[in-house]
Amino acid sequence: MTVGVVMLVHNALHRAEEVIRHWSAAACPVVVHVDKNVSKATYDAFVQSVADLPDVLFSKRHRCEWGTWGIVAASQSASTLMLKKFPDVRHVYLASGSCLPLRPINDLKDYLARRPRTDFIESATTADVPWTQGGLDFERFTLRFPFSWRKQRFLFDRYVEFQRRFKMYRRIPDGIVPHMGSQWWCLTRQTLSAILEDPDRAVYDGYFKRVWIPDESYFQTLVRLYSQNIESRSLTLSKFDYQGKPHIFYDDHLQLLRRSDCFVARKIWPDADRLYENFLNEENPLKGAEPNPGKIDRIFSKAVERRTRGRAGLFMQSRLPRPGHENGFTSAPYSVFEGFAELFEDFEPWLSRMTGTRVHGHLYAKDRVEFEGRQATFSGALCDNAKLRDHHAQLFLVNLIWNTRGERQCFQFGPTDSQFASWDLAKDPNAQISVISGAWAIPLFQSNRNFSDIRADAAELQRIESEHLAALRSPWAKARIRIWTLADFIETPMEALQTVLDEMGAKNLRRVTEAPKMADLTGFGQFLQNLKNQGMHPYLMGDFPTEAPQVNERPSRRKPYLVR
Amino acid sequence: MGAWTSYRLRLQRKRWHLRARRKSRELQVTKDRTDQIKPGDLLVFSTFRNEDIRLPYFFQYYRNLGVDHFIMVDNDSDDGGGEYAAKQPDCSVWKAKGSYRRSRFGVDWLNHLQRKYAHGHWTLVVDPDEFFVYPFCDTRPIRALTDWLDASDIRSFGAMLLDMYPKGRLDAVPYQRGQNPMEIASWFDSGNYTISKNHLFYNLWIQGGPRARMFFKDEPWRAPALNKTPLVKWDKNYAYVSSTHMVLPRGLNLVYDEWGGEKASGVLLHTKFLDTFGAKAAEELDRGQHYAGSHEYKAYAEGIAQHPDLWCKWSEKYINWRQLEILGLMSKGNWA
Repeated sequence: MTVGVVMLVHNALHRAEEVIRHWSAAACPVVVHVDKNVSKATYDAFVQSVADLPDVLFSKRHRCEWGTWGIVAASQSASTLMLKKFPDVRHVYLASGSCLPLRPINDLKDYLARRPRTDFIESATTADVPWTQGGLDFERFTLRFPFSWRKQRFLFDRYVEFQRRFKMYRRIPDGIVPHMGSQWWCLTRQTLSAILEDPDRAVYDGYFKRVWIPDESYFQTLVRLYSQNIESRSLTLSKFDYQGKPHIFYDDHLQLLRRSDCFVARKIWPDADRLYENFLNEENPLKGAEPNPGKIDRIFSKAVERRTRGRAGLFMQSRLPRPGHENGFTSAPYSVFEGFAELFEDFEPWLSRMTGTRVHGHLYAKDRVEFEGRQATFSGALCDNAKLRDHHAQLFLVNLIWNTRGERQCFQFGPTDSQFASWDLAKDPNAQISVISGAWAIPLFQSNRNFSDIRADAAELQRIESEHLAALRSPWAKARIRIWTLADFIETPMEALQTVLDEMGAKNLRRVTEAPKMADLTGFGQFLQNLKNQGMHPYLMGDFPTEAPQVNERPSRRKPYLVR
Repeated sequence: MGAWTSYRLRLQRKRWHLRARRKSRELQVTKDRTDQIKPGDLLVFSTFRNEDIRLPYFFQYYRNLGVDHFIMVDNDSDDGGGEYAAKQPDCSVWKAKGSYRRSRFGVDWLNHLQRKYAHGHWTLVVDPDEFFVYPFCDTRPIRALTDWLDASDIRSFGAMLLDMYPKGRLDAVPYQRGQNPMEIASWFDSGNYTISKNHLFYNLWIQGGPRARMFFKDEPWRAPALNKTPLVKWDKNYAYVSSTHMVLPRGLNLVYDEWGGEKASGVLLHTKFLDTFGAKAAEELDRGQHYAGSHEYKAYAEGIAQHPDLWCKWSEKYINWRQLEILGLMSKGNWA
């Protein structure tokens, strides 16, 4: 009893020859089907090249185009020949020219000898498996597909639409339930002959000829009628990418393939010399182990995910998502503080001490980028030049967060800054934005300038900030946002700070043990009143009492502790 | 609207072809070995002027990657580079006497030669100071990549220009003929690139890197473009528009994904900044044969006079392609 190999070949014939010799050396008869698209001369040369092997036969040639009936017809005629000419074959293994046996053939023989009645064929009902190529799963059994998907895509799509529209569905022949699965199977003589000699075969063939990609469903469906024992998996390791194209193995996959314990792998790059040299010559010591392609699975599914979803927060030459398709505008959470650096004199160093994060100044300041420590360049060689930054303000933020993956960034923002990124901050779920509205008035209050200039500036800053707040309060804002008015904030500053820091999730932060130093606000109420008297109503800082408030004294006397 | 734009671009493409044909009269064959080109061969196209010192490593690098034939245009070199290239057994050389600028920086010459010799071949268009890096380039030859692209029905492959620079003054370490230039210029900027999309040609416009950071601070929009599509399965109806930044038909420029995924892409390591650069910049400025009124070279000449250090403490030292892929400068896409 032995294993017969049916091999479908369409290119890289020299590799196919090597593999045929390998099978043949282990006393496995091989029936080869060569695609009719291969020229006569090439075919003849190929037949000659293996003429010295007695157990290698060539079957009738069919034209095999992807997704068409030809491949099934090829498997049928080659299998028929195999069963007829080699009576001691018990299992028939369907392989392609780019399949490579990874384990010694005798291993495979033993494995199959221990399972003499088992058919290895992946076969699942369409309802349960989301393999979709072009969105057609069950419909591939109920529509007609006279046009080529690859070459006549437009007609293919239109005709599918047309049939859907007019409900032109085909009837599935009685007695069969459509199943799908990998086209690479290994069936017993009993099952395979039952399928090939079925009295209704003409009916089934007629039906499947118009099914889309019948090579993934013909045997997979019919095997359910006859098999006594189906093991629904393929012995051939074969992974597909998101477009239904097989992944290809190269020399650098050698170790992975060795450890996979699979019997046969597909598809091998024809120039992968090391793979062919290694697997066609060596003895693999792992006998009797079950195939375990887990690691390879992970690598390929990661590749598919990279292609379809990409790395969040990365904008680069081959990934420029349209708005809304970013799968994360930035790559990691970060914190934006507005008004804190104005209210507290030493806010940046304090925050950095408290949280251990990277704390920048006003990244969007008009004159320069205030990186931490006011460095001239920062991670990723970002430059502190304001013009370069404003050349693409959104990508500046995205780049900064991407370059510093693994380290949380905090920066100051406010109405004195360039506002290009205002909306992007508001819409980014990774942003944690804490605002003390109206705090921009404090530097004005402390400045030594003419009051008319101050008044003009205050009006402008108030306009800018209220626009920014409108963005933060809009329904499109997805950031985690907290807004206090200045008056509210200084009522209970520690509590507010504690809330913000808690939300940042700093690791070793139990409670804020040390308060930042608040600016001296003596006379600030009067300053606001003066603005009002000049006709400029500052409303963003909330209700500030006009008389000298207690707050000017309290912070200095106050013990730095947290009210829980 | 769509059809009209397509038609306009089609006319434009025809115009470039006509122009290439006209400019081809400036080409004089030095050594023609194009009869060696077999179907399916990988071709490299390149223009150079006075790059003799770089050529040995250039040939070595691309031969190692599995390139089968080089087609070079020698723009009137006087340092023996043309003769050196003509001596290579796998290289065909043309000499061009005409103006570099008026051949649109060599594009017309190469368009002509590509139209003539590259039909049906995968072609790589690079300068002698550009080194193509793609996913798995340390274990798989370029043919593995092009076979995969063929199997995936992809016709073009993007590779961003990544400016490499040495640490310290440019002229501190002299480059030796045949040396790997990345040994000297081994640093690069990892994350300061800006991208926008050209809605007519569909290509991306990438700027940034050390050149923008050092020489174009005040006029960032003038900083040189870094996006490139150097690897294309060429058809005689294709045409490069502006260097290899843009190709027509414009579908070839879609080397990026817009729905969140990453397409596979590579990088061109650009080793312009060696000790040879100062002399080169002065010469090029003198000739006035470069892009946009040689504005770029004016900026360099001004900057270089002060011997700036392009290196900063956030520069990354080049290791291999995996590093570039982790940094997000290139991607494996779904090639595994």
